[in-house]
Amino acid sequence: MQRKFTLGLAISISAALLIVSSSVSAQNSATDDIAKYREMIADGNPSELYEAAGEELWKKPAGPKNATLEKCDLGLGPGVVKGAAAQLPRYFKDTNKVQDLESRLMTCMQVLQGRVPQEMIDAPFQKGPKKDMEAIVAYVVTLSKGDKIKVSTAHPKEKEMYELGKRAFFFQGGPMDFSCASCHGEDGKRIRLQDLPNITTQKGAAMGWGYWPAYRVSSGQFWTMQQRLNDCYRQQRFPFPIYASDVTIALSMYMAKNANGGTVETPGLKR
Amino acid sequence: MNQQRRSLLKYSAVFGLMASAGLISVAQAQEWNKAAFEGKSLEDVFKILGAGSPDKSGAVTLNAPDIAENGAVVPVGIVTTLKAEQMAILVEKNPSSLAAQFFIPAGTEPFVTTRIKMGQTSNVYALVKADGKWSMAVKEVKVTLGGCGG
Amino acid sequence: MADPMRVRAAENGGIVDVKILMKHDMESGQRKDTAGKTIPAWFISTINVKANGKDVLNGQFGPAVSKDPFLNFKYKGAKGDKIVVSWVDSKGDKRTDEATAS
Repeated sequence: MQRKFTLGLAISISAALLIVSSSVSAQNSATDDIAKYREMIADGNPSELYEAAGEELWKKPAGPKNATLEKCDLGLGPGVVKGAAAQLPRYFKDTNKVQDLESRLMTCMQVLQGRVPQEMIDAPFQKGPKKDMEAIVAYVVTLSKGDKIKVSTAHPKEKEMYELGKRAFFFQGGPMDFSCASCHGEDGKRIRLQDLPNITTQKGAAMGWGYWPAYRVSSGQFWTMQQRLNDCYRQQRFPFPIYASDVTIALSMYMAKNANGGTVETPGLKR
Repeated sequence: MNQQRRSLLKYSAVFGLMASAGLISVAQAQEWNKAAFEGKSLEDVFKILGAGSPDKSGAVTLNAPDIAENGAVVPVGIVTTLKAEQMAILVEKNPSSLAAQFFIPAGTEPFVTTRIKMGQTSNVYALVKADGKWSMAVKEVKVTLGGCGG
Repeated sequence: MADPMRVRAAENGGIVDVKILMKHDMESGQRKDTAGKTIPAWFISTINVKANGKDVLNGQFGPAVSKDPFLNFKYKGAKGDKIVVSWVDSKGDKRTDEATAS
């Protein structure tokens, strides 16, 4: 009687263990399958279409001054595009501020071409002047692909931006009391089938910062980092940040600095 | 008329002819098969293509993921050891089953890859016509509801 | 003409691997806009690829092909082949782009 009982117990425990391990392996195999899916579409990234359009826009005279962007200084000197995105955000002496790629491009559009920044800020994503911005961003980031992420916080304003970014990252608010850290502050978090990188670590930050901007297949659109951040705020049910505002640059600084040493994989390809 | 202008006019005439020749050959290429693309079910499309009841064949390989992270972009490829002259991709549960078809001239490999939209988890069919006979391969591709992340 | 395609052609061992990315919304005709009206179907319908003037592929797409379509195929060819890709869409809009097999 005693023996039968322990045998029954042993069988039910091993059955339970089997069920647990098979559901764990089912989850792991889903992650593997998603990885296989991503591999299958990796070649032939529609971002290339945006990159080609962006290269043309870079060289095309525009704005009231009818000038091209070819003298734009993205941090490595006027007109130097190769490798520039990997080192943004950074401090710029001429504007006396820390700028990310999009705010810096707006500066160039204003100074070189005479374009009005407020029009770019007010335009909805994917429309009007923002379409130009998306294409130019695709072009610029492609020329940093494969480089190491290398941002500095040596300048006091850079350090300040990093600290502001860190505070913004952990700042809880909105109707759900979320912060960036709610999704991106710990290892092993996931929304449905997407693994969420832990942006407080180098590895996680590089997964996030290194793969956006990206073409998003679910919407068939190329999203810049500003649009990705804007959508994060929407997902948290926060008010939208102003395009290229300090908080967005600060968060970018936080992510980029944490990601230092990682590889620039942009333009990415996302679900 | 000076020499430069004469040459310019000659070249633009030639380019005009070449361009229209290019346009003509695009139209000459098999006309878009409206009936096939409007076929609702697999059987409808098989019938319209003249495929009857194709046999499953190990000589036809359908390359597709087990799960697609997003139904908007599902990579699908057909490769076969048969001497394919025509290949088609069908999605059983799409509103219209035929997604795409290809005509393979001599000298081109029986291999094609593209990306299709799938409305839901469904069987995907690769149809191949070789030597007048139709063969096929089938695979179920799961489509997830996508997500909020990434 | 519509927006440009990206055409890449790489020759290896007598086979040219052609990869094409086309810019097109490929509207399926299944979606509704914010007002509830169906967005009409609009998609690339026929594709023709020539190498040195000879057809190497003819394709027909339906609205179920993904946005910004990707196409990959291979044919017997050589470096320097002049490849011309043309497409026509359901509204009659066209696009032609070229590449040289490298």
